[in-house]
Amino acid sequence: MIQDGTLSIRVNGEHRRVRAGMTVAELALELGLEPAKVAVERNLEIVPRSTLGHVMVEDGDEFEIVTFVGGG
Amino acid sequence: MTDGWEVAGRRFTSRLIVGTGKYRDFEQNAAAVEASGAEIVTVAVRRVNISDPSQPLLTDHIDPKRYTYLPNTAGCFTADEAIRTLRLAREAGGWDLVKLEVLGEARTLYPDMRETLKATEILVKEGFLPMVYCVDDPIAAKQLEEAGAVAIMPLGAPIGSGLGIQNRVTIRLIVEGATVPVLVDAGVGTASDASVAMELGCDGVLMNTAIAEAKDPVRMARAMKLAVESGRLAYLAGRMGQRRYADPSSPLAGLI
Repeated sequence: MIQDGTLSIRVNGEHRRVRAGMTVAELALELGLEPAKVAVERNLEIVPRSTLGHVMVEDGDEFEIVTFVGGG
Repeated sequence: MTDGWEVAGRRFTSRLIVGTGKYRDFEQNAAAVEASGAEIVTVAVRRVNISDPSQPLLTDHIDPKRYTYLPNTAGCFTADEAIRTLRLAREAGGWDLVKLEVLGEARTLYPDMRETLKATEILVKEGFLPMVYCVDDPIAAKQLEEAGAVAIMPLGAPIGSGLGIQNRVTIRLIVEGATVPVLVDAGVGTASDASVAMELGCDGVLMNTAIAEAKDPVRMARAMKLAVESGRLAYLAGRMGQRRYADPSSPLAGLI
């Protein structure tokens, strides 16, 4: 963490800076996403939906946030 | 007569599974699914669009409570990628019935059977119920079944090619050897191709491009529904034997 109280993370391959002390659910909301409609992987581990509101975003975290799209 | 089928203990009436890719828009997609009578739709798992999170979602148009979503691993070229994708799919939707496909190369989209088998074994250990896209090889199909695949889904022809069932012999051999459902997945181009698959004794057919790229997808969806039903009926009815020469249908006696 750098001194301004923000964290450096990656979301879907893109670098982002977010404030410290937020949960994964809060991160999703801040990104404009409904936590109930997405699945989250944090550092290659699934974050179960039931824990999205408890798991804290840490500096250096790498997130993949996915949803369903059309496919065959 | 209700002629349903069962996969992993779940019962379905429609033997047609349709994809949700390549449609002009969600409205057309939803209308085609409706016309097809399908109860299962395949879906892909992709990163959310963070730059525009307000974009419409598939789930807003094709209700996951009405249709069984079958998440796929399209675009995955290794067992690890496919497993990672399906773990996310299970978390996103809560479904353990999934479609596994591990591709070998982009040009043909032929499955990599070594990786496919490996992924099947791991997924089964993790409690997934994988319906598995595979080559039309009766031995590979048997190995997948032994590994715990809940359905065997051989290609009829390359994905998106519309070339129809290329090898009826191998599809029939897979059907004869399997104790789990067999569905032709990929290669269907038009209604008669779907009927052929069903006449060979397949439990169902999975298609996407044949409907989505038709000039009138909704009409083609209905054609496919009827083709799957008629092919199934013909299979159950038992076709006549084939002769090398003619055999008159009208009596020869009593001719003037």
